Amino acid sequence: MSGPESTPRRRSWRFPIELRLEPRGAPPRWLGAAVTLGAVILGLLLGAIVLSAAGGDPWRSYAYMVKAAFGEVGVLSDTLVKATPLILLASGLCLAFTMKLWNIGGEGQFFLGAFGASAVVLTPMLPPETSPWLMIPAMVIMGMLAGAVWGFVPGYLKSKFNVNEIITTLMLNYVAVNWNNFFIFAVWTEGGFQMSRKFPQSAWLPRLTDYAAQYPQLRGLTLHLGLAFAIVAAIVMWWVIYRSRWGYEVRLTGDNPRAARYAGINIARNTVLVLMISGALAGLAGVSEIAGVVHRLQGSISPGYGFSAIIVAWLAKLNPLLVIPVSVLFGGLIQAGREIQPSGVPKMLQGIILVCLIASDLLMRYRVRFMRRLREE
Amino acid sequence: MDATIILQAGVATGTILLFATIGEILAERSGVLNLGVEGMMLIGAMSAMRTVVAFGNPWLALLVAMIAAGLLSQIHAVIAIRFRADQVVSGLALNFAGIGLSLVLGEGLSKAGALALLPTYTVPLLSQIPFLGAILFTRHSVMVYIGYVLIPAAWFFINRTRPGMHLRAIGEFPAAADALGINVVALRHVYVFVGGMLAGLAGATISLAVSPGWFSELTTSGYGWIAIGLVIFAQWDPVRAALGSYAFGALRRMILDIQGPTSILGLRNPFYYLPYWGFFLEMLPYLFTIAVLVIGSREAMRKRLGSPSALGLPYIRGERGL
Repeated sequence: MSGPESTPRRRSWRFPIELRLEPRGAPPRWLGAAVTLGAVILGLLLGAIVLSAAGGDPWRSYAYMVKAAFGEVGVLSDTLVKATPLILLASGLCLAFTMKLWNIGGEGQFFLGAFGASAVVLTPMLPPETSPWLMIPAMVIMGMLAGAVWGFVPGYLKSKFNVNEIITTLMLNYVAVNWNNFFIFAVWTEGGFQMSRKFPQSAWLPRLTDYAAQYPQLRGLTLHLGLAFAIVAAIVMWWVIYRSRWGYEVRLTGDNPRAARYAGINIARNTVLVLMISGALAGLAGVSEIAGVVHRLQGSISPGYGFSAIIVAWLAKLNPLLVIPVSVLFGGLIQAGREIQPSGVPKMLQGIILVCLIASDLLMRYRVRFMRRLREE
Repeated sequence: MDATIILQAGVATGTILLFATIGEILAERSGVLNLGVEGMMLIGAMSAMRTVVAFGNPWLALLVAMIAAGLLSQIHAVIAIRFRADQVVSGLALNFAGIGLSLVLGEGLSKAGALALLPTYTVPLLSQIPFLGAILFTRHSVMVYIGYVLIPAAWFFINRTRPGMHLRAIGEFPAAADALGINVVALRHVYVFVGGMLAGLAGATISLAVSPGWFSELTTSGYGWIAIGLVIFAQWDPVRAALGSYAFGALRRMILDIQGPTSILGLRNPFYYLPYWGFFLEMLPYLFTIAVLVIGSREAMRKRLGSPSALGLPYIRGERGL
């Protein structure tokens, strides 16, 4: 280390080229797409280096992953199923991140959503022969409420006591897992197994394969109604953030909280509201997963959707409409990663891609110049 | 259930948090918020295990763990300090990258079997002190004693030495520090590196001493995040950080031990007869972190104490502001 206590001394030689950052105004439109694409490619290259260091064959793995995620109709349907919770979670996170509220508790809010929906079926609040037209909306409402409660707590603590929401949301993830486990093991267990009984058909979201009688080509396709919920939610969130008056308040608060305060915006109220909405959407993701895929409450319902959604939201530049295609890509990564060894590959790729993405943001904010170093003094 | 056993084990568990928390205090005191502690700890735990499996030398493993986590931290340092990106997002990214890397590179380590662990010592004389001796100086891993030395050393370094003063200066008022000829950018790199090394040490403390082995993400199970919470509770002071860490360690141990006996204080132990109620006990450390944060934040508001003024802000020479 260059000792700060030592007196300044003249160095005999310094690297003759220096990197200089010049702030730029609005970057050209094409640059954003180019930089994002470049960052993702760089991330995949770095991931390939690590994979080969760990003794794998990265190119074969990547080719296999593309095929396992998008190669045929069946796996594409599975990929879209994996994308569904990501779209819901990431749309909510777009809103929170726009206000610079770092909700990393999506995972816990997802679990609570699944709990809320399960409570309707298993308590039971509604008898199993209830019409799906009543059962599904009840599950959706309970799940979103439960998720919203999980968002309310950090929102309230943040607005009331200025408690860091990053840590509270993350801590609540662990609480949520234990909360669900208690109900899975002790209350709703089916004969001592670590899962509840299967939900009645009235609590299932319709799937494509349910219509195989009329359309035989749909046989075996697991895609369910949750995707429609997700796309609607993404469009609504886009409108809320970028077209509504309240969304303008949220964006202004995120960009410049001081100006927002002078403009008379109720930041405390919006903090609670934004985290509740983001929690409710995460809860809806939990409902969709439990009613559309798993059809029971159990421990392993998420391969880390809540965390992947953070990267999705960032990759989509906090635009819920872009969240949809990005989620499909990440859904593919999760889908393909289930069969690939070592099992941490999708998580590693997600992490490395996020690092590259954030580093590359430099090119959006600054013009990078390499300059001959001028002699100092 | 014996209080001394719980507290003795609690000190060992608390040592993990102690290293991570003091590391994060140093980084944050220099003005860099690093949310990647959990990822750096996992890298430390994983690379320590890898080294022990390959060479059988736990001391070498400690060194490798510290260097690996320190190097990882420099990704965040470059992005946050040089590229001037948002430190929250960059730290989160580092966290994900660290978790993912350690999962891939740690593949197969969970089957590693018997390992050369760090030695444990009982300090002569000091262990004879009634009550405290049994808790603090009996059959502890060497890491616990390193922790004891680190607390006053970190406090003295930050508050009583010249480099410590420079550390505080670059975190509070980097422009003034720069004007005095202190190299803000280089020093911030150094302290992020030191923070990373201590996080790596914390990870190695788990896998080589406190709960030996590699259990993928469950190895750290949120310790890194608890450490970040403790920094706020500790108000960036190593001594308070130590109190918080050991209290948490004891709490964690108590949760494990309270489920064993059939009766507590003459009453039927509900956690023994209804073992699933243990899930509520498992929530306690995380709920306590939130409670401790609320206490710390309220106290900071009342006393008008705060985080280092330049925490989270990139330093750009010649620009107005901090």
